[in-house]
Amino acid sequence: MSRQLLTIYNCKTADISALPNLEINDFRNTVISRVDEGMRIASLFGMPVDNNIVKLIAVLADDNQGLLHLTSTDVKESYPSLTPDCPQAHWFEREIAEQFGICPNGHPWLKPIRFHRSYTGQDVWKRSADLPIQPSVTNFFRVEGSEIHEVAVGPVHAGIIEPGHFRFQCSGENILHLEISLGYQHRGIERQMAGSPHKRSIHYIETAAGDTTIGHTMTYCHILESLAGCSVPARAQMLRGIALELERLANHTGDLGALAGDIGYLPTASFCGRIRGDFLNMTAILCGNRFGRSFVMPGGTVFDLEKKHIDDLRKRLAEALKDVTNAAGCLWTTPSVLSRFDDTGILTERTCKELGIVGPPARASGLQCDCRYNFASGIFQFQQIPVATWGTGDVFARAYVRWLEIQHSAAFINSVLDIMTPGQIQTNVAPAAPNKIVAAMTEGWRGEICHTAITDSSGKLVRYKIVDPSFHNWAGLAVVMRNQQISDFPLCNKSFNLSYCGHDL
Amino acid sequence: MLKAMISRIKQGYRTYPFPAKQPVMPERFRGRPILHYDKCNKCRMCEKNCPTGAIVFRDNKVCVDLGKCIFCGKCMQICSNNVIEFSKNYRLTANRRDDLLISDAEVKLAQAIDKESQRIFGRSLKLRQVSAGGCNACEADTNVLTTLTYDLSRFGIQFVASPRHADGILVTGPVTENMKLALKKTYDAIPAPKFVIAVGACAISGGIYAGHSEVNDGINGIVSVDLYIPGCPPHPYTILDGLITFLGRYNSSAVKPGGDGR
Repeated sequence: MSRQLLTIYNCKTADISALPNLEINDFRNTVISRVDEGMRIASLFGMPVDNNIVKLIAVLADDNQGLLHLTSTDVKESYPSLTPDCPQAHWFEREIAEQFGICPNGHPWLKPIRFHRSYTGQDVWKRSADLPIQPSVTNFFRVEGSEIHEVAVGPVHAGIIEPGHFRFQCSGENILHLEISLGYQHRGIERQMAGSPHKRSIHYIETAAGDTTIGHTMTYCHILESLAGCSVPARAQMLRGIALELERLANHTGDLGALAGDIGYLPTASFCGRIRGDFLNMTAILCGNRFGRSFVMPGGTVFDLEKKHIDDLRKRLAEALKDVTNAAGCLWTTPSVLSRFDDTGILTERTCKELGIVGPPARASGLQCDCRYNFASGIFQFQQIPVATWGTGDVFARAYVRWLEIQHSAAFINSVLDIMTPGQIQTNVAPAAPNKIVAAMTEGWRGEICHTAITDSSGKLVRYKIVDPSFHNWAGLAVVMRNQQISDFPLCNKSFNLSYCGHDL
Repeated sequence: MLKAMISRIKQGYRTYPFPAKQPVMPERFRGRPILHYDKCNKCRMCEKNCPTGAIVFRDNKVCVDLGKCIFCGKCMQICSNNVIEFSKNYRLTANRRDDLLISDAEVKLAQAIDKESQRIFGRSLKLRQVSAGGCNACEADTNVLTTLTYDLSRFGIQFVASPRHADGILVTGPVTENMKLALKKTYDAIPAPKFVIAVGACAISGGIYAGHSEVNDGINGIVSVDLYIPGCPPHPYTILDGLITFLGRYNSSAVKPGGDGR
């Protein structure tokens, strides 16, 4: 039997010639059986090889071994869909169909996910090239019956939120089914990343999901550094780790406040809204920007921390941690809060595995999946962070996992500040090696960020694939809403707090 | 209940007395650029390396278009003569697109609306926010104005759920093709007279996404803009300053230097 998988460590490069190219049935069986054995689809994407052929590349994550397994197949026009035997593939196959006009035959719910023209001119849905493609103008799953009503929400929502369209099928207050239709934020980033690195590349990555600037930019830098075979100075790796955890602290704190706001518990809502800003301002100590723009660069970091900055950071971190401990503490001791959080929007461990859920929602359902632990890269190889899990899978669990992670992140930053060794913060990054493939994963605050890059014979990135954690997790939100009250949607939605632009790119 | 009250005491009073007291910006903050023409040797490396084409040469002199600038600092890093310096001045707002072009000419900050408009809106401005392809940074730093640090409502400014309740629209993002119709419909649903406020490089010019077929290079050409607030994303104080300057609530004679800049 020929080799079916190329096995690499996170952030490691392999020759593109070493990537197995299987027959479609072999590819299908390999992916399906490995996922059955417990691996996850971290990425599954197409790459045009010539005019008619598209190469499908799968990146499978083995959480137990900390290994990435890659495989590929060539397809034309159509192929037998993986989704009926492997639900994790459903969103990826819809993306491939939309981008390249390749039809996954037998896909149970084949619809566009972003509503744009295909890159190849082929259209799976045979839409006219003369008419504009309108977002969310498509079939929706409908429940029929005299007692049934449909609620449509968005794209423009009531608050200051990104756009998305939600279609609820309800019986009274009870949600029977929710379908989420996105694509409003599609800016065409992946298409423009081809031919990288160019002068806009890093800025596309920084704004792919603008609230996850550090997470995505670190992943991108790992890709370029791996392709160049350069090693990043220890001090820069520490600085990156601090920035990544500050990003997590800010967003998790904001989420706890927003969860409190959605159930009308105003003390924690207003405290955390302010404390989130304190964490963002700590990121601004690093680089002048509250979202970490222009901090991480290929080869290291743009800025260093001097002693006065470290002292300032340490002082502010201690104050903010004290305040967030107090603010979050109000949640866990207030019965009216717990009665709203407990047993609301339960995501079971089994559903998590079936859908390939990542990040805090997966850990809140008991899964030990955290790239900082399973696929440690950079500073996390030397300075471990405990994996925070909870078993109940409800809104409470998703909130409490965030609180556990806030404590772990703060402790991590303090311990890194203690051991900061003097030294360089930048190294030269050589041009990328030709004909390589590399996959890099980072645990952003929403979960696993996976980038995959392939270089051509001149060392340019011919394909750059970005998978934001939201890409995996939107399906999880849709599923937990079944048999919940529609009034619980804002609360459940906030407990996932997914990215629209990270999904739509 | 008792615990919540004790917490309230511990958390303290946190609203910053802006604008009476000026905020202190972070040491590495990149605000309004200052151009040192005497040092420029016209090598144009800044122009070549700018990711958004924000740097242009007019009459052989370097100019920075704040409507396109993402304040990444690349031009500053690449220039061996330190011609472009990013100051800590966070006041960047303008009424006209042309006023965002920084050169050696006089700085043209936004003017307040006329007296009659100030009488109507000066103490009560309701805005509808629409994100049209924004990356959630401009959105987040607009939303943060409603937290108690900035306490936007003390100026009578509020973000409302329905366009029917709004006096204007605040737009973020490069206006993706997929949001163009929803943005237009939201704008149309707001009763006239109405204001349009563009926040961030994307909404003003398309920012980093300018030229993509998937976006419309910002809202110019779709609706006419009354106030531009540049940045990527603009600092919350840049946005707040823009809004209250627009309403005639920024009294520069009463401004004191700052404290801890929270």
